[in-house]
Amino acid sequence: MNDVVISADKLTKRFGNFTAVDQISFEVAKGEIFGFLGANGAGKTTAMRMLCGLSHPTSGGGSVAGFDINKEQEKIKQNIGYMSQKFSLYEDLKVWENMRLFGGIYGMKEKDINIKTDKILEHLGFTAKKNTLVRDLPLGWKQKLAFSVSVFHTPKIVFLDEPTGGVDPITRRQFWEMIYEAVNDGITVFVTTHYMDEAEYCNRVSIMVDGRIEALDSPKKLKKQTNSQTMDEVFQKFARKATRGDN
Amino acid sequence: MKQFLAFVKKEFFHIFRDTRTMLILLGMPIVQIILFGFAITTEVKNSKIAVMDLSRDATTQKIIQKLQANEYFTVVEDVQNPDRIDELMKAGKVSMIVVFDSDFESNMLHTGEASVQLIVDATDPNQATTMTNYATSILTQYQQEMSTTYRASFVLTPQTRMLYNPQMEGAYNFVPGVMGLILMLICAMMTSIAIVREKERGSMEVLLASPIKPIFIIISKAVPYFILSIVNLITILLLSVFVLKVPIAGSLVLIMLASLVFILVALLLGLLISNVVNTQVAAMLISGMGLMMPAMLLSGMIFPIESMPAILQWFSSIIPARWYIEMIRKLMIQGVDGIYVIKEFAILTLMVLVLLGVSLKKFKIRL
Amino acid sequence: MSAVSVKNINKKYDRIIALKDISFEANSGEIFGIIGPDGAGKTTLFRILTTLLLADSGKATVDGKDVVEQYKQIRQEIGYMPGKFSLYQDLSVEENLEFFATIFNTSIQENYYLIEDIYKQLEPFKKRKAGKLSGGMKQKLALCCALIHKPVVLFLDEPTTGVDPVSRKEFWEMLKKLKEQHISILVSTPYMDEASLCDRIAFIQDGNFLKIDTPSGIISQFGEKLWAVEADNMYKLLLDLRNNKHIKTCFTFGESHHITVDNTLTMEELKTYLSDKGHTGIQIRAIEPTIEDCFMQITEKKQNE
Repeated sequence: MNDVVISADKLTKRFGNFTAVDQISFEVAKGEIFGFLGANGAGKTTAMRMLCGLSHPTSGGGSVAGFDINKEQEKIKQNIGYMSQKFSLYEDLKVWENMRLFGGIYGMKEKDINIKTDKILEHLGFTAKKNTLVRDLPLGWKQKLAFSVSVFHTPKIVFLDEPTGGVDPITRRQFWEMIYEAVNDGITVFVTTHYMDEAEYCNRVSIMVDGRIEALDSPKKLKKQTNSQTMDEVFQKFARKATRGDN
Repeated sequence: MKQFLAFVKKEFFHIFRDTRTMLILLGMPIVQIILFGFAITTEVKNSKIAVMDLSRDATTQKIIQKLQANEYFTVVEDVQNPDRIDELMKAGKVSMIVVFDSDFESNMLHTGEASVQLIVDATDPNQATTMTNYATSILTQYQQEMSTTYRASFVLTPQTRMLYNPQMEGAYNFVPGVMGLILMLICAMMTSIAIVREKERGSMEVLLASPIKPIFIIISKAVPYFILSIVNLITILLLSVFVLKVPIAGSLVLIMLASLVFILVALLLGLLISNVVNTQVAAMLISGMGLMMPAMLLSGMIFPIESMPAILQWFSSIIPARWYIEMIRKLMIQGVDGIYVIKEFAILTLMVLVLLGVSLKKFKIRL
Repeated sequence: MSAVSVKNINKKYDRIIALKDISFEANSGEIFGIIGPDGAGKTTLFRILTTLLLADSGKATVDGKDVVEQYKQIRQEIGYMPGKFSLYQDLSVEENLEFFATIFNTSIQENYYLIEDIYKQLEPFKKRKAGKLSGGMKQKLALCCALIHKPVVLFLDEPTTGVDPVSRKEFWEMLKKLKEQHISILVSTPYMDEASLCDRIAFIQDGNFLKIDTPSGIISQFGEKLWAVEADNMYKLLLDLRNNKHIKTCFTFGESHHITVDNTLTMEELKTYLSDKGHTGIQIRAIEPTIEDCFMQITEKKQNE
């Protein structure tokens, strides 16, 4: 594997005497789609927050986009994109205003923002909706737009936290095609999802159970290894061992 | 009935387990009473006063010296021109002006009677009263000295003129005011928030889809706040009697009765709000801006209603707190009979009936 | 008698049409699934059936009772778990259950056998506040609360949204057991894989019911040749497949792409076509359609109309 863009080395996070993330180690290569799976409360969100530079590890370390997650959190934030189901866009801003805002946050030039905005809207077929308030868009559109915004500043890595919850199957597919495109452009994708069929889109997946990574391989190999037909079965086999709930 | 009790019990759990609610419910009345109690100082020291001596004789000079020598007052100006009185008062340079009539001494010696005028800035009514009392006692002292010297009786009559707040309203105003405010806060704001919270969390859907009568849901939401407001009412009364030494001059029964009607009005307003809004933030805003602000500013608690522009005076008459505060002021401070508050009581009762009608009509058995 | 019967229900909000002329019957004792994405109108339908909303037009009955006229009787008989329902976070597990038992005029003991299996898992935490439970546990407690009065019909609005696959599976196992107790269940979900666990399903999109049938019935009506295609570069594969005019539809399905093809194309020909384009690791096999394939086929057809 060449060109590692995310690496975690015995990354640990403790809250009091509760170990949310317990010495996880893994590497993600440039251009990979890396699926980060786990039951509610397995520690996914906490791990992801550390990788995004939003929270300090208790011990252990790692690097994201070439920057140390213990020391260079601000630089990490400049070089990644982030999208979650819960928050993605400002509902009371227009489509182009959202793009402009996020472009501005990442320090893009006004001219570049305008060019890119038009390009993306045309590509999505949203040009007619440029002046629409985001809250008036159907859910599927919002999610697609949110993804475009998260990669607007062409980050090295994009983190997606359950990006497709509640979206209809066709839009979900269009969404994954956008992810493929982004990967084709050299962006690395780090994604969490509850849809196990979506895990199959990933080059490799990890399954977190009780704060530790219990499995890490390509979906195909994991299925073979556990003698399962689907990723859902694989997940059930690992995650049923969990002893703790969330919170 | 069992359902109803279970509901009330649940409501008390919500209240007791939320420290924030508890603090507002029990801390607020205490803090408000104490704050208002201290904010209104009754201590007067080195207050700046002016004198205007139209007589300029030995007696007036002696009295002025006595005023000056006293720790309460500092004479800062000897006014020559009556116009200056107005100037000084408006500029706030002095808070009292003592005016001696011309021929003060001869009047006193020949007729045994002389008058002195006290012009007081009564913006802060408490301070004004205290100053008048001190000044009067200085004058009385002097009068007694004179009587023993001359072995004759003299009468010095101080005529007091209160500027800016002639009725001296507000002296003990804040106790009835705080009562009105707190009851409004608990009954209207807290009840509406508690109901809307269920809507926001989705539990209202489950409750409505259950066999419990929708009206019970609402009533049982109101019961704990009703009980708590009675507790608060008693706390405020106790605090004002024992800490602030504001006596209850009138009948306790009448005060409680008046409060009950007001609580009903507030609860019904809270229910109406919870009926029209769907988020806790909206409930808070509406009850805060729509109920609390007017109750504070337009009820006569802070600003006297008489000095308001006509339109605000008219508007203040639809504010329940205005009538309640007025009623409590009469019952508690002035100690009048029930018969004198019939008008206010009737207005509040009418409000209850109207609100009840609207609430029943607006009441939703569905979402 | 049908558990739920809906005839020509319409519902419009300010600008949005939430339900367009919906009609269906859910039989007594079956698990009837309403499958569709967020915003399709599922919640509106549930609220109308649970007597919480009035439809603009149309008629609906639950257990033979009219949702408008006989709403009081219906409220005695149904259990309802709304989508965003999260119990009372500041009450303990036990207090929550006790409260709901009381407002439904019953006690935990009376119908304990019904919830025993589920509640046993919660019992160790019964003094814990509901807000401190895990997502899966909350779901179980909410189900207990909806079941405590032994409802005739149970309405579950997206009970598994945001719940991890393990808890979802457990939840569906519980529903199956309830069915054995002759409780009719109306359940909605955005997860297509859960559709096959229902007795009958209805696809809903943009306020329309697209299809109502048993899962196997829907699959048997697919009526197209369906192949799964894999290669090493999946993104390029997708583009190349889309460019082949013999291929009617092409959707990504994780590790493979599902394509429907016309009758003239053979697997060998497709393999050659892809090899010529430079693909390696090509695998093609004929497959049975899944519910998701069917949903997409039906929605596409609807959109083209």
